[in-house]
Amino acid sequence: MKFTTEQIATMDAIITRYPRKRSAIMPLLHFVQSIDGYVTNEGIEVIAQKLELATAEVTAVSTFYTQYKSKPVGEYHVGICTNTLCAVMGGDAIFESIKEHLDIENDGVTADGKVSVEHIECNAACDYAPVVMVNWEFFDNQTVQSVKDLVDGARAGNPPAPTRGPKTLRTWKQNSAVLAGISDGLANEGLQAGEPTLLGLKRSKGGN
Amino acid sequence: MTKLTPVLSAHWDEADSFTIAAYKRNGGYTAIAKALEMQPDAVIQLVKDSGLRGRGGAGFPTGNKWGFIPQGDNKEHYLVVNADESEPGTCKDTPLLMANPHVLIEGVIIGSYAIRANYAFIYIRGEVTHVVRRVQQAIEDAYAAGLLGKNILGKGFDLELVLHVGAGAYICGEETALLDSLEGFRGQPRLRPPFPAIAGLYAKPTVVNNVESIASVPAIVKNGVEWFSAMGTEKSKGFTLYSLSGHVTNPGQFEAPLGITLRELLEISGGVRKGHKLKFWTPGGSSTPIFTDAHLDVPLDYEGVAAAGSMLGTKALQIFDETTCIVRAVLRWTEFYKHESCGKCTPCREGTWWLVQVLKDLEAGRGTEADLDKLLDLCDNIMGRSFCALADGAASPIISSLKYFRQEYLDHLAIGGCPFDPAAATLFENVGAK
Ligand SMILES: Cc1cc2nc3c(=O)[nH]c(=O)nc-3n(C[C@H](O)[C@H](O)[C@H](O)COP(=O)(O)O)c2cc1C
Ligand code: SF4
Ligand code: FES
Repeated sequence: MKFTTEQIATMDAIITRYPRKRSAIMPLLHFVQSIDGYVTNEGIEVIAQKLELATAEVTAVSTFYTQYKSKPVGEYHVGICTNTLCAVMGGDAIFESIKEHLDIENDGVTADGKVSVEHIECNAACDYAPVVMVNWEFFDNQTVQSVKDLVDGARAGNPPAPTRGPKTLRTWKQNSAVLAGISDGLANEGLQAGEPTLLGLKRSKGGN
Repeated sequence: MTKLTPVLSAHWDEADSFTIAAYKRNGGYTAIAKALEMQPDAVIQLVKDSGLRGRGGAGFPTGNKWGFIPQGDNKEHYLVVNADESEPGTCKDTPLLMANPHVLIEGVIIGSYAIRANYAFIYIRGEVTHVVRRVQQAIEDAYAAGLLGKNILGKGFDLELVLHVGAGAYICGEETALLDSLEGFRGQPRLRPPFPAIAGLYAKPTVVNNVESIASVPAIVKNGVEWFSAMGTEKSKGFTLYSLSGHVTNPGQFEAPLGITLRELLEISGGVRKGHKLKFWTPGGSSTPIFTDAHLDVPLDYEGVAAAGSMLGTKALQIFDETTCIVRAVLRWTEFYKHESCGKCTPCREGTWWLVQVLKDLEAGRGTEADLDKLLDLCDNIMGRSFCALADGAASPIISSLKYFRQEYLDHLAIGGCPFDPAAATLFENVGAK
């Protein structure tokens, strides 16, 4: 078994959150991605063993959800929203230029393994369009230039901070652990709300 | 002057609004003390009397839904909060949870007490890491404060609350698919009946409610039925979050009584993008039939929007001005439905695929006028013939756009391509774009 005793103990702790253990399959898949970067065969096997399922049952779940990756993504996984609203407001232009800038296709990874790009669907931030997510952190109100700077920064090892998120951008693996329900202690960092979120409240108080 | 009524959003402008300290400072966690003094049935009655309707899209009365849970059945009951928020255009629950997760937790405690559930879940979409952090932290802080766990506030009520993080599947917002996903399966809708109230999570009585629905409960308990029902319209009571996005001067969240109009919201916010005019908009996400500038005065409540031929849905007002090509917009939404179709039933799985093919040709100016009828024919075979409402949502933009903008489809055929310049619709000058 390639997973450490500590990692196995974390998996056991995740399973105890639920009244029935099969419910732990999703956080366990996020957890495997936090160790391996994607859903590896070893990961599938350990989950199957823990939950007393066939590996095929775990694979069937894993392949249903787009956030579970069957091959490695970059340390910084860039999702560009190209659902209608963001697409029209600039998401399409951003997506096309970034693919060209990095010389990769949709779902591609740069040769240095630093950056991968995927077009994503509406990410519940339309009032901040055009929206880009990196490791599922918000980068609001983007332009072609700002996303070029973002990916260049990421490749050089100093990506900018999310607009609504922690002070520094964490890696794909680190954030996968958060999605598995393992706290990184950063909840208090960053804004409580950006300007659009606050606009109605401001107007209700007579503000411009 | 302003018609706005910030309740959920009232303290979002405080920098620490998401912490338990701020929530308590602003009067939070006082409604549970009141609710736990009441009989559970009395809490259900209160929510029924308030007229609160589900904010997740369908507008089903929340108190009635709670009342369907069988009592004294010696079974476990579950409350599951739907925080999957993935309907295109919808962006209200996410900022709410980012700015104030505790109001949801307080609502979860009250709701669970009312339906006699000792286990509750928040199913949140997986693509919002920082919101996950905030909600997880809030749950931990609520446990530490004795607001979750055993014998809450010494009143003998126990509640475990678990945050469950999704992994990118729109269909998991549909409540029965959500339950399958939470049980550890592929998220595919279930046949109903049985409804979740009878056989939901682990085949036990379960309530599934939207974030905003549950988060509205503490204020109702605290301020009373009359206060709540004084806002809104006859059958659509209370305040709600409207999300304005797209080609507007100032996008954002606006909390207002149900029944406000888009004209009023645009006046308050600053109007359509300068120098442009409104072309079409969605009243409640992409699954609700589009409206045009003829619908600016439609009251945005459940009845008003339905009477005008659409649905209030999630109150996601996506605004598009005259630079936007309707065919491009509709094709993109249709690609979304094709991608998100869970594949369980043939009309939706195959139908959305064919819709994309036909729309792609039309956008490129290929095809004939007969293809427009083919689109409607396909929609006819998908709507009402599929397993869940995703398929109906897929047909909405197509049918409604053909109703209002048929000529624009024909214009594509006439010139053999798209008459619009996509750069004109973007928010930025295309500096650096090819
Ligand atoms: C395809 C589809 C996606 C949905 N997505 C969501 C969602 O993301 N959030 C939500 O609250 N309801 C969503 N719903 C509605 C839910 O099925 C359910 O009606 C709702 O959560 C009930 O909560 P409410 O009564 O508080 O509105 C969706 C429905 C369908 C058909
Ligand atoms: S209508 Fe579509 S999404 Fe719904 S069950 Fe059928 S295939 Fe799945
Ligand atoms: S359309 Fe891009 S975030 Fe909603």
